[in-house]
Amino acid sequence: MKLQINGQTRDCDVPPEMPLLWVLRDELGLTGTKFGCGIAACGACTVELNGVATRACVMPVGSVAGQAIRTIEGAPDRTVAALQAAWVQHQTPQCGYCQSGMILAAASLLRRSPQPSDADIDAAITNLCRCGTYQRIRAAIHTAAQALQGSRA
Amino acid sequence: MSPPSPDAIGAHAPWSRRGFLLAGAAAGGGLLVGCGGAAPAARVGQGSDFAPSGDQVALNAWVKITPDDRVIVAVPRSEMGQGVHTGLAMLVADELDARWDQVQVEAAPIARVYSNTALLLNVSPFLPDDDGLLARLTRDSLQTAGYALALQVTGGSSSLRDAWEPMRLAGAAARHQLLQAAAWQWQVPVSELRVRDGLVHGPAGRAPLRFGALVQAAAQQAAPRELRLKPRAERRLIGQPVPRTDVPAKVNGQAVFGLDVRPEGLVYAAIAHCPVFGGQLKSLDPAPALALQGVLQAFALNAQSVVVVARNSWLAQQGLLRLAPVWDEGPNAQLQSSSISARLRQAFDQEDGTRFRHEGDAVQVLADAKTRIEAEYEVPFLAHSALEPVNCTAQVKDGRVTVWCGSQAPSLARMKAAEVAGVDSAQVTFEVPFLGGGFGRRLESDMVEEAVAIALRTGGAPVKLTWSREEDVQHDLYRPAAVSRFSATLDPQGLPRAWRHRVAAPSIGLDTVRRLMPRLALDSPDKNHIEGAFDLPYAIPHLEVRQLRVATPVPVGSWRSVGHSYNAFFTECFLDELAHAARQDPLAYRLAMLAAKPRHRAVLQAAAELGDWGQPAPAGRARGLALHESFGALCAQVAEVSLDAGRVRVHRVACALDCGTVVNPDSVDAQLQSAIVYGLSAALMGEITLKNGRVEQSNFPSYDALRMADMPVIRTRLMPSDAPPGGVGEPGTPPIAPAVANALFALTGQRLRRLPLRPQA
Repeated sequence: MKLQINGQTRDCDVPPEMPLLWVLRDELGLTGTKFGCGIAACGACTVELNGVATRACVMPVGSVAGQAIRTIEGAPDRTVAALQAAWVQHQTPQCGYCQSGMILAAASLLRRSPQPSDADIDAAITNLCRCGTYQRIRAAIHTAAQALQGSRA
Repeated sequence: MSPPSPDAIGAHAPWSRRGFLLAGAAAGGGLLVGCGGAAPAARVGQGSDFAPSGDQVALNAWVKITPDDRVIVAVPRSEMGQGVHTGLAMLVADELDARWDQVQVEAAPIARVYSNTALLLNVSPFLPDDDGLLARLTRDSLQTAGYALALQVTGGSSSLRDAWEPMRLAGAAARHQLLQAAAWQWQVPVSELRVRDGLVHGPAGRAPLRFGALVQAAAQQAAPRELRLKPRAERRLIGQPVPRTDVPAKVNGQAVFGLDVRPEGLVYAAIAHCPVFGGQLKSLDPAPALALQGVLQAFALNAQSVVVVARNSWLAQQGLLRLAPVWDEGPNAQLQSSSISARLRQAFDQEDGTRFRHEGDAVQVLADAKTRIEAEYEVPFLAHSALEPVNCTAQVKDGRVTVWCGSQAPSLARMKAAEVAGVDSAQVTFEVPFLGGGFGRRLESDMVEEAVAIALRTGGAPVKLTWSREEDVQHDLYRPAAVSRFSATLDPQGLPRAWRHRVAAPSIGLDTVRRLMPRLALDSPDKNHIEGAFDLPYAIPHLEVRQLRVATPVPVGSWRSVGHSYNAFFTECFLDELAHAARQDPLAYRLAMLAAKPRHRAVLQAAAELGDWGQPAPAGRARGLALHESFGALCAQVAEVSLDAGRVRVHRVACALDCGTVVNPDSVDAQLQSAIVYGLSAALMGEITLKNGRVEQSNFPSYDALRMADMPVIRTRLMPSDAPPGGVGEPGTPPIAPAVANALFALTGQRLRRLPLRPQA
């Protein structure tokens, strides 16, 4: 089957019910997308599917063939780049394991809500961080939103 | 050409009062200062300890420099988010006067020179401020033991406490050698040279020399005989919010965690353990798994677990789901949480336990008292649930073993790997990638033993063992459940005259030693069990604290802040009860008992000020306070809470910390936020329960943790201090549960004596 990952076509020969997460990690070597729970409860496996945050651990790969998949390894567009810069500015990651998913969940939020309120962030960022980086994630999302607005003007 | 003698250089050096004699005997009046369990020279080590590759030149066990000016620092502690790669490299870089942007971190190999000599200080049974001969001898012995055992372990908030002297000395020694090389090249005394931002500056008119241009000659210089470390005013990195070395790779997916290693020819394993503690495998039919295309092997790994090996992780899991192992559930098939709780309570009637603190005569004073205040507290078992599930990759080939594991204890894990493979430790290569959270779970080596045992059966192929989240939650080494009983009486001023406290809980120390070195496992007094309870800082004339060690079938281990995690909840809540019984302000009450403890008073007052203590809280909210000392640091917190339809909301936490010298204030702020969130998740939600010998929780829906929407606003304040560094990773966890429980009492009048906190409607 053919997958559109980070702007490239990747071929893989796996059963269609295999979750996208394990195709990315074990078959394609894209290990930036993480396994945390296997039941879409933690968000460590978040990728963007057509620009929408999606939990890859429960997404059968057969259902996403041909659709645009962005993983953390993808060349950053301006939204992801702004988030990554804000993440570094706020020194957000601790262990870092949840951060790929957090950044892509935040990217998806900013695409539909460019200037999110704290309540918008609370509602959109349901990913789990066991290190407790939430306060810096919130600050970094606001910083990225401001930077993107500034660069648009 | 011969370099100037070290003596000639030394003659110009402005020795401080506290010099470190690095080489030679103490002849000539050199001042010999110990350096964490070993001689300073042994801890600085040799260039040969830190094998250079390519064009790198090693100056000692901690520093390599390349011709293109990169400074590579060996960091022997595991990076699990606490910023240890950055914090430890800062120590070397500051003394070396390197520029931060030229510094790179390399995970150190396993060797004695990288021992953690501060780790075992956490088991000293003496009060933190006890400077008596016996206490000092014990602390010295524990440091020496860390070195003798070559403990390469990250835990117990000990990394900076251990590295503070040796890693600064290593930076200073390397700087000295670079200076000597420059002095020789320019033919001027060292006293006319200085190092700044990675350059050695010499006589006027001469272009400064780069480290990279000097390092070959520097390596030929004798190590200095004596060194002084920079006074505070000369530090350029220590104390600054230096950006972390690991952050860039953690925002673009390039950071490699244990679960991400992919050696050539990798196969994947999934595992299921006997669901009942103490049960055994009766039979296993591997055929259903083997029938699945892509499954390579299915077998009983040992009496407690079955394994499927496959071409990818998902197939291994699918294979495992098809297996129906038959378990003999063993003696614990009827074990319930309620029976463990009853067993802990029974201990109070059956034994006196071990006395860990004895001042005055608390038992007699309480017996004679007209009124006593008594209370019982309880906490549940807790899982660690780091976000990266337990995993390990191993390969056994041609008599050599390679292990890739995000371990907090690589020296111990390597020993276990060698035991399982039946080889000498020297035949085991142990790589430590990033850890996706540690919290104490990765001090254990169970996953390493399993992965190596599987790798013995994969025909030389490397195998990656990944536990499911359900296995991770149900087969942890848990934070112990504990029950605590207090009895106290007050003096006419309302302050405690007598305080008797007993804690019944399984022994973490016993379980830990049993897993590491079963022959040394004896049921003996366990400081970790009672830490934070026996070493109460408050002045109470009649004080007795006893430990009741109660064995249960549930394996226990170190969970962020270990015994402090429950003892702070017990003691700081009961103290709050006494303050309310005496109708006194909880802050003033504590301060009245801390007259002889200025650092405790200061940190408590700082948190109170930051948390608006004494100011009216917003409508519907109330505040609670807690103070706790652990791991060489003092932490006080004020929590502001409300109730929303019976649900506890924590809106703000003000946190003050005195951890001695702050190396990286931004990392300390992050660690405090982290420790508070970790403790708050447990205080509000954390509970592992047993039904019929099985853990009832299985994944995040049933063992959840704080999310963004519940995140309080946390503000931190770091106390200025010139004391040596204390711990940072753990001290923020213990105070949060009592601060929140005390706030809930202030809000509702309801005293919650059990975690997690569940107010009655």
